Amino acid sequence: MLYALLCYNDEATVWAWDKTQEDEVMRRIAVVREKLEAQGKLGPSLRLLPTTAATTLRKSDPPLIIDGPFAETKEQLLGFYILDVADLDEAIAVAKALGEANPGGAYEIRPLAVYNTGADLRVPA
Amino acid sequence: MSDLAWINAAITAARPQAVGALLRYFRDLDTAEEAFQDACLRALGNWPKNGPPRDPAAWLIMVGRNAALDGVRKRARNTELPSEETLSDLDDQETRAADRVDEGAYRDDVLRLLFICCHPDLPATQQIALALRIVAGLSVAQIARAFLVSEAAMEQRITRAKRQVGAGDAPFETPGAVERSERLAAVAAMLYLVFNEGYSTGGNPERAQLCDEAIRLARLLLRLFQTEPEIMGLLALMLIQHSRTPARFDADGQVVLLEDQDRRLWRAPMIAEGLALIEKALRHRRPGPYQVQAAIAALHARAATPADTDWPQIDALYASLERMTPSPVITLNRAVAVSKVRGAAAALEMIDPLQDRLSGYFHFHGLRGALNLELGRHGEARAAFDRAIALANTAAEAAHIRAHLDRLAADHQPANTAG
Repeated sequence: MLYALLCYNDEATVWAWDKTQEDEVMRRIAVVREKLEAQGKLGPSLRLLPTTAATTLRKSDPPLIIDGPFAETKEQLLGFYILDVADLDEAIAVAKALGEANPGGAYEIRPLAVYNTGADLRVPA
Repeated sequence: MSDLAWINAAITAARPQAVGALLRYFRDLDTAEEAFQDACLRALGNWPKNGPPRDPAAWLIMVGRNAALDGVRKRARNTELPSEETLSDLDDQETRAADRVDEGAYRDDVLRLLFICCHPDLPATQQIALALRIVAGLSVAQIARAFLVSEAAMEQRITRAKRQVGAGDAPFETPGAVERSERLAAVAAMLYLVFNEGYSTGGNPERAQLCDEAIRLARLLLRLFQTEPEIMGLLALMLIQHSRTPARFDADGQVVLLEDQDRRLWRAPMIAEGLALIEKALRHRRPGPYQVQAAIAALHARAATPADTDWPQIDALYASLERMTPSPVITLNRAVAVSKVRGAAAALEMIDPLQDRLSGYFHFHGLRGALNLELGRHGEARAAFDRAIALANTAAEAAHIRAHLDRLAADHQPANTAG
């Protein structure tokens, strides 16, 4: 079963991490991530740039283009993982493991109905 | 991450909003800062136990305000307010407090706090010091190290600055549209000063940290004013410039010129964010100096090698910047682009009239030296480099010019002796 693991946290806090904090979190996540990738359970992990870089298109007629994210909330969608696991229990276990590596905020676990891997994109490091 | 690290990050992020709101309640900078400190102490006791609050800024504002009022009431032998122990995560009280302080008020609180630091009577260095202390929350010791002065001297400088801005004449009314945009412009200029303070020196990590602080505050400002293209431009400019930091100095701490930098060291995510922001900004078709400077920086960032640089476009952008904010320094920068497009002679012709105004400016003589060198005028090149080295602001700048002079001496000594 495919799941998206949507990462929510307070953007201002996460982007206030200094380099040491950032490196420590990334190192801890890498341990969990690499294990899951080796098991074939974890697909792409994507980090979203800050909501200040976002533009929203409201599909009105004519479409309305707005600066900023779709939703103004206390926590923002900061990134997501794609999981391929047996069931919800396993998805929750993965979320817990990632959450221990990177505390704060919440993960929304959303089952995926269609997943196209799409073209091989040039993803900058 | 440890509890303490997480709490520190949350407090840092919440600080401008919280101190800004407390300043609105108490209308006194010292009281607001004390109330905030109080709230932070209580957060250190409370958050590890009860978990982090959903809205740290709202929590700190409420607890800070209560603590300060509590102090006043105690002194007045009055009843105590309920303690923050009763305010746990997602508590109704907290939610209500957050609702009361609506986004519009937050926006103006943060803007006011930043604006107070741009008091026109304060010299630039004091504006920066004040903003770093009050808004970014750096310690006096940290700021002192960044400015290479003693802690006592910096303490005095900040105290004097605070007295001068005396929150007494701080603008507490809700600003109208015109005031708001004037304040935004002053704040943007001050943030860019903070950034440049960090950017202009290499080896000092305390000082380089100022770039990160400026970027953080610019992001905050843009979150509050999402449709301001100049704020997008400002943030884009800072991000793209800062993305080059790992490539700007060699192992000996010497400046590496843009065209000699190892572009693989540039930080790709910062460039991506900067390019995204400048694209957004340009869609508004309300150009301004920060957007144009960011667009210039973006053209450099997009060039995989120096030879790929779109110099004609950079020349055109500098021309529009000259029209917006005429300044000899901008003309000097434009001359670099002109030298690539139309040759060193055209560039020299362009900067010659700047002689009077820029005769004390390191980069003016550095560029004149380089252009003359390109044209094979070694005597003039040496004279210009000699002037530049005397005006160098940092050891790295001096070392860079020294390298030119040494090369000149090694390569052209016989020819010059003969001539």
